[in-house]
Amino acid sequence: MNERLTRLGRWFDARLQLGEAIASVAEHPVPRSSASWWYVFGSATLVVFVLQVVTGICLATVYTPAADRAWDSLIYLNYSQPLGWYLRALHGWGSNFMVALMIIHMIQVFLFGAYKYPRELTWVAGCVLLLCTLGMAFTGQVLRFDQNAYWGLGIGASMAGRAPIVGSKIVALMLGGPIIAADTLSRFFALHVFVIPAILMGFVGLHLFLVLRLGINDWPMPGRIVSRSTYRRQYEELVRADGEPFVPYAAQKDIVFAGLIILSLLVVAAIAGPIGPNGPPDPTIIQTVPRPDFFFLWLFSVFALLPPWTETVLMLTGPVLALGLLFALPFISGTGEKSWRRRPFSVVIVILVVTTIGSLTWLGTFSPWSPHMNAWSAVPTPIEYVKGRAPLELQGALLVQSKQCRNCHALGGRGGMRGPALDRTATRLTRSQMVRQILQGGGNMPAYGSNLSPAEVNAIVAFLATMHPPGQPPARNSARPAIPASSN
Amino acid sequence: MDSSTDTRRHFLFRLGIAINAVAVVLFARPIIGYLLSPARRFTWLDWIPLGPLTDYPENQTRLAAYENPFKKKWDGETAKIPCWVRRLTGKQFQVFAINCTHLGCPVRWFAESGLFMCPCHGGAFYSDGRHASGPPPRALYQYKYKVEADKLWIYAGELPTLGHPEV
Repeated sequence: MNERLTRLGRWFDARLQLGEAIASVAEHPVPRSSASWWYVFGSATLVVFVLQVVTGICLATVYTPAADRAWDSLIYLNYSQPLGWYLRALHGWGSNFMVALMIIHMIQVFLFGAYKYPRELTWVAGCVLLLCTLGMAFTGQVLRFDQNAYWGLGIGASMAGRAPIVGSKIVALMLGGPIIAADTLSRFFALHVFVIPAILMGFVGLHLFLVLRLGINDWPMPGRIVSRSTYRRQYEELVRADGEPFVPYAAQKDIVFAGLIILSLLVVAAIAGPIGPNGPPDPTIIQTVPRPDFFFLWLFSVFALLPPWTETVLMLTGPVLALGLLFALPFISGTGEKSWRRRPFSVVIVILVVTTIGSLTWLGTFSPWSPHMNAWSAVPTPIEYVKGRAPLELQGALLVQSKQCRNCHALGGRGGMRGPALDRTATRLTRSQMVRQILQGGGNMPAYGSNLSPAEVNAIVAFLATMHPPGQPPARNSARPAIPASSN
Repeated sequence: MDSSTDTRRHFLFRLGIAINAVAVVLFARPIIGYLLSPARRFTWLDWIPLGPLTDYPENQTRLAAYENPFKKKWDGETAKIPCWVRRLTGKQFQVFAINCTHLGCPVRWFAESGLFMCPCHGGAFYSDGRHASGPPPRALYQYKYKVEADKLWIYAGELPTLGHPEV
């Protein structure tokens, strides 16, 4: 039996000529030190990408890329197509896994100096892969043709529309016409299913080829300096003296980790289920709060928090600068120390970027800058703020609700966070300061002068003047002599 | 190999390159033209009826919707575009695009406080469309309008952006 199999194998190999090539890849020696658990993230990203291709093809057999049918076909996939919900969950969560693994891989490569000579172009190819993966994440979010997709396209178009002179042309090219419609979905489908995957596969091939030809990065030792004249020879000596065949020595960790990743994806997708779609892409349903997917939330936060006058400039130059730096990195610091122990500046950069993007993402999850559109009618005034109040003050409490103040101002921890919470307003503002603030606005508050009668302003201020803790006196005008608190 | 076949082979090779260069240009021309076609037309605007004047009481702001004049059969729900109609008095109107001037999210009208609020980054506009607070760089976009045959008409069809605000 065994002999027959061997003969069969030889028969095929004589015709396919693949055996030698595969063996040379599998047996190529790698530095013993690089067979580390730190080196498993790249291969895991690739494994998840392969899963994405498989689940993506499956979804394409049911999904209908037409604007009038896409949303219905997603609902069909979720509820009617056997296992459709699970494949959508695997594809959606797979995309999150892929982006996360890729970012971890990138940070590891950066900290281990793996982008340095002679692997500069491996890094550049990796940057293209990062861009393609983020492109897949964004276009995939559009294919989930729901309210978020519709308004997300509007956000993309509004950013592109800020470009001088050619802005409206870019918008038309992006949307495939003058407005978000059928052609918009069709071209994002073409991008997501044909164009970007083709580029992605090409660069995955190049990236892998380079890793094989140039050898996997050796473990960075403090003091082992990379120099263009000596590195190749040193690496060859290292591999000869302390090398092990890639299979099984290094590959075993890759295989174990990739298997665990697939298992956790299967579990996460089964527990969390498919991502969306939310409401149908009907722009006349304006009772919607558009939000991007997790990996773009930090950008969403950036656009809320940037000073408005910097926005257009940063929207147009920021990506170019950031990508330029990313691509140029190996040409800026292509030699020298590899170990992160001797590159404190690089460690600081990683910590800064990760904490910045992390905290912006965290802010994006609850967007304190957005008014809570329903707070005025859905969130009650806390009982303690109306207990024992005078009729005028009660009238003011009512107006704070009905004039939608609560959409931006919280009471008792509930309501919008756009403006300051009103629970202690009286300790910060005197009555006349409150009147001025309400009538004229300012500090990001609209002016209500034309929408409130003097009697209404009077009532609101009477209510707000009671908003101070029992033991703490209200604010007073220091230019006037102190008078007993009873006059408050 | 004598030099005459060598020359002929080189000639054929050059001819092959030349033919293919011409072919590539001729092939690329329709591909590029096809892909760039959405950007070639300068305006996509048309007069669209928004319904009888009686739909819009004076001194009120109401949500209206129109059908994209350039819609395709398979546009589905995306062919319906909303806008805010504010009737001042008589034939005096303001018709605002739904899109916030910051990044295009749908603004909502709050009659009690007389404000349009945006759910994305907290932009707010006064009842006449002026910027009230938040990141938007300008007032709400306004459609051109006319009153004809007791109907309100607007000149629309494009997504208004800062690069193309003259809807």
